[in-house]
Amino acid sequence: MTTDAPRTLFDKVWDSHVVERLPDGTCILYIDRHLVHEVTSPQAFEGLRMAGRRVRRPDATVAVADHNVPTEARDRPIEEPESRLQVATLEENVHAFGVPYIPVRDVRQGIVHVIGPELGISLPGTTIVCGDSHTSTHGALGALAFGIGTSEVEHVLATQTLLQKPAKNMLVRVDGRLPAGTTAKDMVLAIIGRIGTAGGTGHVIEYAGEAVRALDMAGRLTVCNMSIEAGARAGMIAPDETTFAYLRGRPHAPQGQAFQEAVAWWRTLPSDPGAHYDRTVVLDAAEIAPMVTWGTSPEAVVPITGSVPDPEAAPDEAQRAQMRRMLDYMDLRPGQRMQDVAVDVVFIGSCTNSRIEDLRAAADVVRGRRVADGVRAMVVPGSGLVKQAAEQEGLDRIFREAGFEWREAGCSMCLGMNPDKLKPGQRCASTSNRNFEGRQGPGGRTHLLSPAMAAAAAVTGRLSDVREIAGREMA
Amino acid sequence: MDKFTTLTAVAAPLPLANVDTDKIIPARFLKTIKRSGLGVHLFDTLRYDADGAERPDFVLNREPYRGAQILIAHENFGCGSSREHAPWALLDFGIRCVIAPDFADIFYNNCFKNGILPVRLPRDVCDALMGDAALGGNARLTVDLQRQVVVRPNGEEIGFEIDPFRRHSLLEGLDDIGQTLAHAASIDGYEAARAKARPWLPAIDAV
Ligand code: SF4
Repeated sequence: MTTDAPRTLFDKVWDSHVVERLPDGTCILYIDRHLVHEVTSPQAFEGLRMAGRRVRRPDATVAVADHNVPTEARDRPIEEPESRLQVATLEENVHAFGVPYIPVRDVRQGIVHVIGPELGISLPGTTIVCGDSHTSTHGALGALAFGIGTSEVEHVLATQTLLQKPAKNMLVRVDGRLPAGTTAKDMVLAIIGRIGTAGGTGHVIEYAGEAVRALDMAGRLTVCNMSIEAGARAGMIAPDETTFAYLRGRPHAPQGQAFQEAVAWWRTLPSDPGAHYDRTVVLDAAEIAPMVTWGTSPEAVVPITGSVPDPEAAPDEAQRAQMRRMLDYMDLRPGQRMQDVAVDVVFIGSCTNSRIEDLRAAADVVRGRRVADGVRAMVVPGSGLVKQAAEQEGLDRIFREAGFEWREAGCSMCLGMNPDKLKPGQRCASTSNRNFEGRQGPGGRTHLLSPAMAAAAAVTGRLSDVREIAGREMA
Repeated sequence: MDKFTTLTAVAAPLPLANVDTDKIIPARFLKTIKRSGLGVHLFDTLRYDADGAERPDFVLNREPYRGAQILIAHENFGCGSSREHAPWALLDFGIRCVIAPDFADIFYNNCFKNGILPVRLPRDVCDALMGDAALGGNARLTVDLQRQVVVRPNGEEIGFEIDPFRRHSLLEGLDDIGQTLAHAASIDGYEAARAKARPWLPAIDAV
């Protein structure tokens, strides 16, 4: 083992999980935590059944339904037959295979990437997988967390391992401090704007630097969540006092003396001085402004003070064609100011931005204001526990009184697998992570932005610079 | 899983970059609990108009590409979600090989698990192959995994790189789980050592 050479956070977590290195360099990698949801698991359980296999470690596995569940009327059966079947299938499978399950009506139900950290299931230095690309979220705790396909879900269920080759190391350092009105979401959108949606392919990104260290856990989760939008296999942030304070006392985290022992090991995880990165990108936090996407790829992003770019200025014909296609789909013109773009729907939710801190940031902007006429605005908390906490703080009242819908936890309009969908042609300011064509509903148009910016769009009816709306509070 | 050795077939050119998994198969078709039957929804929004009628200009709606088994695209193919429904939809349509300058990691991985061969070739080569593909039904491509070459209709051979482990599994049609379970003793050993080294890691018992 290369214990002498300086290692990165990723190297350390990787090395401590290698069960066996096969002759060609492929590793059997041990998985500590396997999160299961209803959309990508049915065929995996079916595969186990057909091969007569069991789940090797139910005690390292936890299941929850989040993608399909309606965000209202939870006391009634799911109306949509295919969604109902998928949730029922999950329930049958967890029962048959003895996998711990959080039922739809349990207060702890929520988006898998929100509840993992919230319940202390996701821990530093562990390997975490889920049949969902945004598993990268959990890397914010200093875990190696990545999304897998259904065949790999079956592989982990059967063997508690995966066949993997190590990724390359990439360092994204954000120096300095984020300006007022600018958030973790703006930071990660700026990073993706810089390196592109394939910029991290084959790499695990470690986020570091003063601005990253200064983020609270919610902000770190937001940044790591969108690592996959930069093409990276995973995103990670070294665990520190912020991480430990966040985890202490969470129900599934180690308790008491065990917690102290865990912290002692977690402190050894941050990258060694002089560790090698295959690629390094440095950003200056002071230059980051509130960001908003204009196209159908997360890299198609500009500061809110900017305007829609001109395809004719792109360097080659393929790019020009792609930009024209995006503008056509988004119904935008080159040179149009982002702040002049009117929205029909505002969605505050998704595993990127549906934690209590996100809801507080949005509520701060909404407080004492009204949702603009003709705009449908909704808040979908990331979990039942987030919803409960928000209600205890009175955030639900602020949203409701302003004219927002206040809904039950789930993925909701992030991908429109449940009834929460955009109608064709509708334009949405969304705190989610993907603005692909049809992502929020066929023909729907998505602008990605932060919770505070989404709130600003809700009260003005157009994409707006939150620094102007909330000028007083932020001065 | 079906073996992949050599494939000679019609190739469909799809000159788009960043073809994301929502484009390959939109989320509303993920509600199935089966692997099969997704082929009709492959590239749904590109392939059909709002009324569900075929768009005649989309490549897979034209002859001879309705029977294409090879797809050629531009950079970053398969970006976005981890949904294995994307390779399932390709496979169900009949696609066994995708050629592109590069692929998103999870999609790339998922292809191998389903007997689909993703081939990375430089952009200019992809463009040349799209030119071949545009010639239609008589201009078939051959993808030979044994020899790691793509053979153009004019006989020119273009080599490609592939991980030896994955190549072997695909050539033999081997199931990864079976291969890993052959190492069950190592996994047992790892678990025992880890329970000593990191005894603080809690079991997720009843939630
Ligand atoms: S909230 Fe959206 S991105 Fe997150 S897990 Fe659900 S569908 Fe995926």
